Amino acid sequence: MIKDLFKAENLMFLMQGLAVTLTIAVATILLSIMIGTILGIARHSRNKALSRMSGVYIESVRNVPMLLFILAVRFMTPLNAVVSGIVAMTIFTSAVIAEIVRAGLNSIGQGQWEAAKSQGLNHVTTLVHIVLPQALRNITPALVSQFITVVKDTSFVWAVGTEELTGRAIILMGKHNNPVQVFTLFGLVAAIYFIPNYVLSHMAHWRQRKILH
Amino acid sequence: MTGPFAWFKWEALFAEWTVFGEGALMTLAASMLALALSLALGVMFGVMSTSHWKIAKAISRIYVEFIQNTPLVIQIFFYYHGLPHLGLSLPVFSIGVLGVGVYHGAYISEVVRAGIQSIPKGQREAAYSQGLNYVETMKYIILPQAKRIVLPPLANQAVSLVKNTSVLAMIAGGDLMYRADSWSSQNLYYGPAYVTTGILYLMLCLPLASLARNLEKKAEVHA
Repeated sequence: MIKDLFKAENLMFLMQGLAVTLTIAVATILLSIMIGTILGIARHSRNKALSRMSGVYIESVRNVPMLLFILAVRFMTPLNAVVSGIVAMTIFTSAVIAEIVRAGLNSIGQGQWEAAKSQGLNHVTTLVHIVLPQALRNITPALVSQFITVVKDTSFVWAVGTEELTGRAIILMGKHNNPVQVFTLFGLVAAIYFIPNYVLSHMAHWRQRKILH
Repeated sequence: MTGPFAWFKWEALFAEWTVFGEGALMTLAASMLALALSLALGVMFGVMSTSHWKIAKAISRIYVEFIQNTPLVIQIFFYYHGLPHLGLSLPVFSIGVLGVGVYHGAYISEVVRAGIQSIPKGQREAAYSQGLNYVETMKYIILPQAKRIVLPPLANQAVSLVKNTSVLAMIAGGDLMYRADSWSSQNLYYGPAYVTTGILYLMLCLPLASLARNLEKKAEVHA
């Protein structure tokens, strides 16, 4: 029964699903860091129009379920399954990361800006070399939790039929539907998500402790 | 005029607005019940994780780690496809409440734990010295003080919880997201359906989000 489930063909099928999950997760994380940082800096800027515009984006995207963007991008654009998943998740995740970056920038005291200015550094140099590196250290734990959320939430793209890890496990359950096989599949897939997330989350906690002490 | 947001598509939506209205009500109901469940679980496991009783601590740890490190979607499918094999077939609405409640309960448990641990040990010792037992100490001394620290992240959890009830759409749960998806996949009027759905979710989440922001500001003033 278990042997029937663990044949090479099925394992290959699941691993290809895992590859889709990882592709979407990694691309989403990288793109969202870039876009989220720009949005977060814009939100924090003293230019009122810029700050307000990014604020509207951040608040209206963050307060709507990610699944809505997954449906909208999949059904309203010609993008393929994986790319549309990446685009939808990036639209949402960059808003979340922007908010984290903004909080990080707020956590750096005005004195740092003033000191850098008194040393003759301009605004951009101060931001890139003085403020952002310190902000990044403060927000690392929040960023890592968000990365874990991204890995987990890739499973929402199964709602539009994109065959990532979760979806492929459900498909296999259709063929191997006795209780032992179904529970084994659930256990296996849960473990595949659990192990990297657990390691990541404990690295985040460990860093947080280092910052606090 | 044609295009994704053509007027006739909006007219079709307004003619059948109850589809979205009912969906929003169902999302609201699922959110409130799931929030109640997650608060109960969160306080219970959060208190357990700070107790000196090793077994309670371990159970709480396992709950939090397992739930936080696996996807909500997998957990929902477990209740939907897995539990029936154990002779337990729950209606989809209950699965949504249970799944989202258990999921956010783990996050709230961590929030509660952090809140309790932020209260200096002396408070607990003082309460014990006055003859209060463990439950009384928690109820009258520790939890009321922890509340101030716990409330802002709790409000943020409530926002995430409302959004995550959309997982119901994946098991045909009849919530707002499901109604939007099924209505628009019949007539292909995606534009108006998604915009309307987005606005309805914003109406549910924005008040909670601004509550969270106000609580954060208040906590900063006290700190």
